[in-house]
Amino acid sequence: MINMTWEMFLQHLANGISLGSLYALIAIGYTMVYGILRLINFAHGDIFMMATYFAFFGVFFGLPWYIAFPITIILTILLGMGVEIAAYRSLRDAPKISIMISAIGASFLIENLAIVIFGGRPKAFPTEELFTKVVYIGNISVQRLTFIIPIVTIILLVMLLYLINKTKTGMAMRAVSKDHETAKLMGVNIDRTISTTFGIGSALAAIGGIMWGLKFPQIQPLMGVMPGLKCFIAAVIGGIGNITGAVIGGFFLGVSEIMLVAIFQGLTGYRDAFAFIILILVLLFKPTGIMGEKISEKV
Amino acid sequence: MLKIDNLVVAYGGIEALKGINLEVEEGKIVTLVGANGAGKSTTLRSVVGLVKPKSGSITYNNIDLLNMKTQDIVKLGITLVPEGRRIFPNLTVLENLKLGAYFRKDTNEIKKDLEWVYSLFPILKERHWQMAGTLSGGEQQMLAVGRALMSKPKLLMMDEPSLGLAPIIVNELFNIIKEIHNQGVTILLIEQNANAALHIADIGYVIETGMIKIKGEGKELLNNDEVRKAYLGENVSN
Ligand SMILES: Nc1ncnc2c1ncn2[C@@H]1O[C@H](COP(=O)(O)OP(=O)(O)O)[C@@H](O)[C@H]1O
Ligand SMILES: [Mg+2]
Repeated sequence: MINMTWEMFLQHLANGISLGSLYALIAIGYTMVYGILRLINFAHGDIFMMATYFAFFGVFFGLPWYIAFPITIILTILLGMGVEIAAYRSLRDAPKISIMISAIGASFLIENLAIVIFGGRPKAFPTEELFTKVVYIGNISVQRLTFIIPIVTIILLVMLLYLINKTKTGMAMRAVSKDHETAKLMGVNIDRTISTTFGIGSALAAIGGIMWGLKFPQIQPLMGVMPGLKCFIAAVIGGIGNITGAVIGGFFLGVSEIMLVAIFQGLTGYRDAFAFIILILVLLFKPTGIMGEKISEKV
Repeated sequence: MLKIDNLVVAYGGIEALKGINLEVEEGKIVTLVGANGAGKSTTLRSVVGLVKPKSGSITYNNIDLLNMKTQDIVKLGITLVPEGRRIFPNLTVLENLKLGAYFRKDTNEIKKDLEWVYSLFPILKERHWQMAGTLSGGEQQMLAVGRALMSKPKLLMMDEPSLGLAPIIVNELFNIIKEIHNQGVTILLIEQNANAALHIADIGYVIETGMIKIKGEGKELLNNDEVRKAYLGENVSN
């Protein structure tokens, strides 16, 4: 380690964990949609971006955060479900390639609409003292947010795993992810189940987006692209389709990205390339990811 | 109960069913036998709305099924045990059974039906916590039938339930089918194993390349020369 003190190390670790938590929240959305539709929802990063704008405007128009943020989550859920209905539902039985093109189209559409409506210039996300206040632990100074983010993420993960594994809705989601046709034979409304999946993924992206805005308080219409790609990579690292895997992948990517830059400061400019190098390595040596099952040929 | 009239189904221009008529009366066991590719599965899949017919009609107690969604058809009391079992391997045995009762709200009745299914298939009770994917082929077929029963069907349709099972298990399965029938469930059974199916059936249909060739009582068809030659592998030349 190149002249790094113990305190600095902990500080970087804390930052890495909170960045990793944000990656994890967004990665869950990719992995859930893939699990149920065998589809990469390319618009997911843009849904995340839209959430930060919803929150921005909520606060901008004078709503207190505890009203603006829940409204943001609701609007983002509606947006995610809307994208599913508009871009994917009518193509349910179409070849995979058509659905993929539709996904890319949805992504471009949202990005460009955002540029037209919100303007291309970055906006300053309103900071909220309650979350951004700096606290000192010994010689380490961190924002409260640095602790709040991983805690919120873990709580959401536990809730999500409960929903998937212990509730009737979750049971239907697991069934649909294996076999649409047989799930229908059980009387499951698969359109509704898929819609729910998009809703959950979007809600998590919204919460991730709000916390992202608080942590990196500058938002712009293309801000979802790079985190979107990285979180997709996180989902692949964890084993796409596996929720716990996506979270592990998110933490892994966040922590290693921060540490890499902290240790080898000369590599700062390669920060974004790092995720892709990891992706290539995973695809070469363990394409099923950390927790993944065999990848089906459906993609 | 179930009435299929002049049903035509085409896959990309090729007709798999060329206008078939078939009727299932309440309380009966009806079997549809025929060679591989004759159109048996297509017939059942049309009934539950998994394939969209080109023309013809399918009614259940005079309700038109053709424009209904699968998830609504099963709520009428029609269940299909699909070809190849299609259990959910990533769910436990108990979860698979619960999924069979997915759309039902009558919690107490569901519990009773679960006990009934367990009494028919004690092995499922023993393994209720196991992932269904870890069951043997025979056990998976039992699970597929049990899961279908959990929807409390009035009409139970089974697509080649004996496929790939050891003869002793096939016997057991056919006994259970009779037992289910005795409980008042009407049964439409598809089989390549025509012998076993015709033995328990009240009415049998023989389908050949998308057309019904012969219809008759089960016993009658067992003695029909044509059937014996084509489907029972018997030499009837003398
Ligand atoms: N999804 C499909 N696409 C195209 N052809 C199909 C499809 N399913 C069945 N067929 C064709 O329809 C015919 C009847 O098939 P099927 O109903 O499965 O017969 P069976 O169940 O009697 O073996 C066969 O010629 C089969 O190849
Ligand atoms: Mg078949």
